[in-house]
Amino acid sequence: MAPAQVPDCDIAVVGGGLLGSALAWGLQRLGQKVAVLDEGDVAYRASRGNFALVWVQSKGLGLPEYAAWSKRSSDGWRHFADLLKAQTGRDVAFQRPGGFHLCLSERELEARAALLKRLHNQPNMVRYPYEILARAELERLLPGIGPEVAGASYCPLDGHCNSLRLLLALHAGMQDLGARYFPDRLVERIEPRQGGFRLVSKAGELQAGKVVLAAGNGNARLAPMVGLKAPVRPQRGQIIVTEKVRPFLAYPIATLRQTDEGGLLIGDSVEEAGFDDTVGHGVISTLAARAVRSFPALAGLNVVRSWAALRVMTADGFPIYEQSASFPGAFIATCHSGVTLAANHALVLAPMLAAGELAAELDVFSARRFDVSTAA
Amino acid sequence: MFRRLPDAKRDTVSLTVDGNALTARAGDSVAAALLAAGVLVCRTSAVSETPRAPYCLMGVCFECLLAIDGRQNRQACLVQVADGMRIETQAGKREVGR
Repeated sequence: MAPAQVPDCDIAVVGGGLLGSALAWGLQRLGQKVAVLDEGDVAYRASRGNFALVWVQSKGLGLPEYAAWSKRSSDGWRHFADLLKAQTGRDVAFQRPGGFHLCLSERELEARAALLKRLHNQPNMVRYPYEILARAELERLLPGIGPEVAGASYCPLDGHCNSLRLLLALHAGMQDLGARYFPDRLVERIEPRQGGFRLVSKAGELQAGKVVLAAGNGNARLAPMVGLKAPVRPQRGQIIVTEKVRPFLAYPIATLRQTDEGGLLIGDSVEEAGFDDTVGHGVISTLAARAVRSFPALAGLNVVRSWAALRVMTADGFPIYEQSASFPGAFIATCHSGVTLAANHALVLAPMLAAGELAAELDVFSARRFDVSTAA
Repeated sequence: MFRRLPDAKRDTVSLTVDGNALTARAGDSVAAALLAAGVLVCRTSAVSETPRAPYCLMGVCFECLLAIDGRQNRQACLVQVADGMRIETQAGKREVGR
C-alpha cells in the first residue's frame, strides 16, 4: 500500500445520478466534506430517463425487507421534499394520492390479486394497506377508463414526483452546502491506500477518506477495485410523453401518469438489450395501444417525444448496499428505484456512510446473497 | 402589421375566429390568415400561460397552436383555410378529448 496522503475530501461519491446526488446531499448536510465524481452528458443516465414513480405496491416478493425499505422511503418522502424545498426553493412536485395498477382483463386482475396476496403472505412482510378494486368502483375514481379495464390494485402509499427537478434540486442543494461536483470525471481506477482511497481519472486524481460507488451500471466495473461485487446489468425501458394537457389523471398508474406540468408519460416496458438505449417501434406501439385501451380518449393526443433508458438491475431486482470487508471505508449502493428510494438514501443511508458503518438491517442487501447460486 | 402583396388575386374564403367573421384568401394557411387580419395572439402557453403567436410558419416550432373546427393544439401554419372553418384561440393547455 502506498503511503498515506492528506485526503481531498472525507468521502468521494462516484456517480452523480439520483442515487449519488441523494447520498452526497445527505452526507454534506451532516458536515462531511463530499466530492462527487460524475461522467459527462454521454453517460447512460437512468436518472434522466426514468418514470418518476415513488412506488411501494408489489415490491418485495422474495425479500420482504425490500418492501419495508420501500415503504420507509415513501413514508419519508414528504419530509425529504420539504427539506429540499426549504433549502433550494425548488418544488419537486411530490404527491402521494395513492397509485393504481390497471388490469385489462379478468385474467390479469386475478393474477394481480394472487401476486399481491403472495407478497403480503410472506413471513416478516411489512404491513400496509392495499385493495383490489372491481371495475364498478374504479369507474368512480378514474373516470374515462376503457371498456376492457377489468379492475385494478390500489395502494395509498404510492405517489410520484418531477424526477428531473429532483435531480436538479439535489445537485443545487449539495453544491450550495459545499459539496464539490466534478463532471467529466469517469473514474478509471480506485486504489486503496493507507487511510483512504485514490481515485484516478483522465482529468486528474483525488484522495478520499471513504468512497461510495453510486455509478449505476458502472458499478460492475468499479466494485472489484475495492473488494466488492456489483452483479448489475442494464435493462431497457421505453417511455412516451404526450403534449401537455389540462389535469386528466388524479392518480399515478404504474404505466401512465400525468406530470405536474401536464404531459402524460406512458411507460413501464422491460427489455434485455444490453447497452442499446435506442427506441423501438414495436415496444412504443404496444405501450401506446395499452394506454389507449386503458383510457380511449388518449388516442387523440399528439406524442411529443419517446425515449429509452437503462435500468440498473440485479439478478433478483433488489438493491445492493454493502461495505467492503477487505477495504473498509469503501461502500457500494446500487438500485433501480433511485426515485422511490431517494428519501432513504439521503436521510437514512447517508448517515450510515458518515458514521462508517451500515446498520445490521441492511445486511440482507449485501451482494453476498448472490454467492449461493454459484456454489450450488 | 402585415400587408398582403398587391398582386395576390385569389378567391376569398369566409371563416370565424372566436365567433367573429373573417375573410381570408384561398390558399392561406390559418396562421397567415390570422396575421394578415391582425390577430397576433393565437394562444397562451401551456405552463406559464403567456401570449404566443405564429413564429416559424413552417411546422417546426409549435408556437401557432390553436383549435380548428373543435380540435385543439392544431398547427395553424400547416392547415389551409376552408370556407366555414371555425377557428378558436386557445387558453393554456389542451383538454383531453378536445
